[in-house]
Amino acid sequence: MSEEQLVKVENLRKLFPIKTGFFSTLLGKKYYVHAVDGISFDIKKGEIFALAGESGSGKTTTGRLLVKLIEPTSGKILFDNTDITNIRPKQFKVFRKRMQIIFQDPYESLNPRMIISDIVAEPLVVQGGKSAEEIEESVCKALEDVQLVPPEEFLFRFPHELSGGQRQRVAVARALITRPEFIVADEPVSMLDVSIRAEILNLMFDLKEKYGLTILYITHDLALARHICDRIAIMYLGKIMEMGPVEKVVSEPLHPYTKALLNAVPVPDPSILRSEVVIKGEIPSPINPPSGCRFHTRCPEYIGEICKTKDPPLVSTEKDRTVACHLYV
Amino acid sequence: MTASNHTLLNVQDLTTYYKLPQGYVKAAEDISFKLEKGDALGLAGESGCGKTTVALSIMRLLPPEGRIVGGKCLFKNFDLTKLSEEEMRKEIRWKKISIVFQGAMNALNPIFKVSDQIVEAILNHEKTTKEEARQRAAKLFEMVGIDPSRIDNYPFEFSGGMRQRALIAMALACNPEILIADEPGTALDVIVQAQILKLLRNLKDKLGLTLIIISHDLSLIAEICNKIAIMYAGRIVEYGNIIKIYKESLHPYTQGLMMAFPSIKGPRVRMTSIPGSPPNLLSPPQGCRFNLRCKYAMEACMKEQPTLEQVGEDHWVACHLVHKR
Repeated sequence: MSEEQLVKVENLRKLFPIKTGFFSTLLGKKYYVHAVDGISFDIKKGEIFALAGESGSGKTTTGRLLVKLIEPTSGKILFDNTDITNIRPKQFKVFRKRMQIIFQDPYESLNPRMIISDIVAEPLVVQGGKSAEEIEESVCKALEDVQLVPPEEFLFRFPHELSGGQRQRVAVARALITRPEFIVADEPVSMLDVSIRAEILNLMFDLKEKYGLTILYITHDLALARHICDRIAIMYLGKIMEMGPVEKVVSEPLHPYTKALLNAVPVPDPSILRSEVVIKGEIPSPINPPSGCRFHTRCPEYIGEICKTKDPPLVSTEKDRTVACHLYV
Repeated sequence: MTASNHTLLNVQDLTTYYKLPQGYVKAAEDISFKLEKGDALGLAGESGCGKTTVALSIMRLLPPEGRIVGGKCLFKNFDLTKLSEEEMRKEIRWKKISIVFQGAMNALNPIFKVSDQIVEAILNHEKTTKEEARQRAAKLFEMVGIDPSRIDNYPFEFSGGMRQRALIAMALACNPEILIADEPGTALDVIVQAQILKLLRNLKDKLGLTLIIISHDLSLIAEICNKIAIMYAGRIVEYGNIIKIYKESLHPYTQGLMMAFPSIKGPRVRMTSIPGSPPNLLSPPQGCRFNLRCKYAMEACMKEQPTLEQVGEDHWVACHLVHKR
C-alpha cells in the first residue's frame, strides 16, 4: 500500500440550521445542529478507512460531505491534492466520476420505476460522451463484476423483483460503473440478513483489490469494522475521539468512549461473560453539545474542571495513532 | 421431550399458516420447545424465518390471515391454543405471558401520555383504582430505571432507550411469569443495547421471570440466554443448551450462521456467507428446507423432511447428515 493520501479533510464543519418559531426569530436566536464539528483526517490510497460511532455522531454527514452531496459550513476537503471544497459544479463533474457512494438501504436507494439496466447506466448517461452500445457493454460488465450473472437475466427487471442482497449488488454496480477511485460505503450491509452480509462485504473487498479502490466505510458495528478495515476513526457528537489502525484501536483502546463502546459490543460466545456497563445515559443532543470535551457528561474517567471547559485536541500517542482526551495530553 | 414439574411452557409441534389468495404461507411448522421456570430462550434466525409468528401464536395475537393449524402450546398444562379469546385476554395475556413488541420507536401510542397507556393496561386486567394503578406505574418506571417523575411525559419526549424501557415496564405491569421480547436490541445503539440487556438480566433475576428473546443477532442471544432455538424457513433446525450449540453446532445452517458473524474478539478472519437466499414459504422445497443452500445436501435431503431428534444431552438437531451418522 502506498502512503499517498487520496482524501484529506481539514477542520471540516457542518451545521444544520433549525427552524425556530416567530418570536425566537425576532429575538435573533439561531439554533444549529452541530452534525460535524471540526474534524480532520486523511485516507490513504488503497485502504479501507472506517468511520464508526453511534447514531447521531455525524458519520453519514461526513460521508456525504466528502462526495459533495452537501456543502460544508467551513473547513477544507482535498481530493488527490485538489481543493474541492468550493469548486464550481461544472468543474466538479470530473471529480464526480472519480468518487461514488453506496447508500445504506437498498430498498430505498433504487428507483422502483426504473429497470436495472437504466439504474446502473445512469451515472454514465449523466457523465455523457458515450454511445448507447458502449454504455450497454459497461452495464453488462458491471453486473458481471457484482456476480449478477448472466447479466441479461437482470437487465430488464425492476428492483422489486430482486432480493435485498441482489439490490445491494445493483447499488455496488452503479457505484462502480464510472470506474471511481474512491467509494463512500454508508453502512452497506446493515439492512441485510446476516447470512448474506459476508457475501456483499467479500464482494466489495474483492472489487477493491481488482480495481485498486479506496473506501470510506461508515458503520456502527465495530466487530464488522474490525474484520474488514485498515484504519478506524471513532466519532462522538460530531468530533473524532480516537483514530488509528483498527487492530490496535480494538485491542488497546485509549479513549474512555472507545473503551465503553467496545465493552458494549456483544460477543457471540456464551461462555465469555461481559464486564458491567459503566456508561450511563444516551448520546446528548447535538443542538446544544456539552462544553469542553463532548463526552464529559458520561465519562467514567472524568478528571475534573478541564474536561468541562477545554476541548481536548487530537494528539498523537504513537505512530499513526491519535486520541482526543485530556488523559493523554 | 418429557415435561417435568417445573415446566412452565411446553410448545409441541405448533404449526401456523397464513392464508393468502395464492395459498398458504407455511410460516411456522412443527415448532417444539420447552421452558422451565427461570429459563431464557433465544429464538434466532433470519428475517422471515417465523420467529415473530411463533411469539404471536403463543400469545394468540395473530393477524386475521394467520391460523394455528396444529400442535399444542401448554402453559402449566392449559392448552393456550384451545382457550377462548375471552379467557386468553382475562387470564393469560399480561398476567401470565406478556410481550414487548419489536420497534421501540413506534410501539407506543404517540398521542397518549405514557402513564395513561400503562394505567389502561393495568385497569383492563385487574380490579384496582386509577390512583393505585398510577402508583404502580411509577414503581414500574423506577424498576426499569426511568425517573418516576417522567410518567406523565409523551412518548416523543423519550429517547429510544427510554421508550424501550417504558415498553418493558408496561409489559411487566401485571406481574407476568413469561416475558417475550421481540428484537429488544434492534434499532438501538450498542451502548443503549447493552444497558437494555443488563436491565433484562436484572429483572429476570429479581422477579424470577422466564424470558423468550427473539433476535437475529446471535451475539445478543449469547449474552443473555441459556437455551437457543435456531429457526430456518419456518422450522427449528437446532435447539438446546446455548453453550453446546455455540461450541458444537451440528446443523450446517447453524454452522454457516456462526461463521457469518464477526466477533470483536478472537482472530481476524475472512467472513464466510451462506450462498443463496431463503425459500419462498408459499411453496417451500420438498425435503429439508435448507437443501438448496446446503453444501452437504444428499439424496435423502431432497425427498424427506428431517425431524428434530435428540443427539445429546440438551441438544436436538433436524438434519439427515447427523441422523445418518
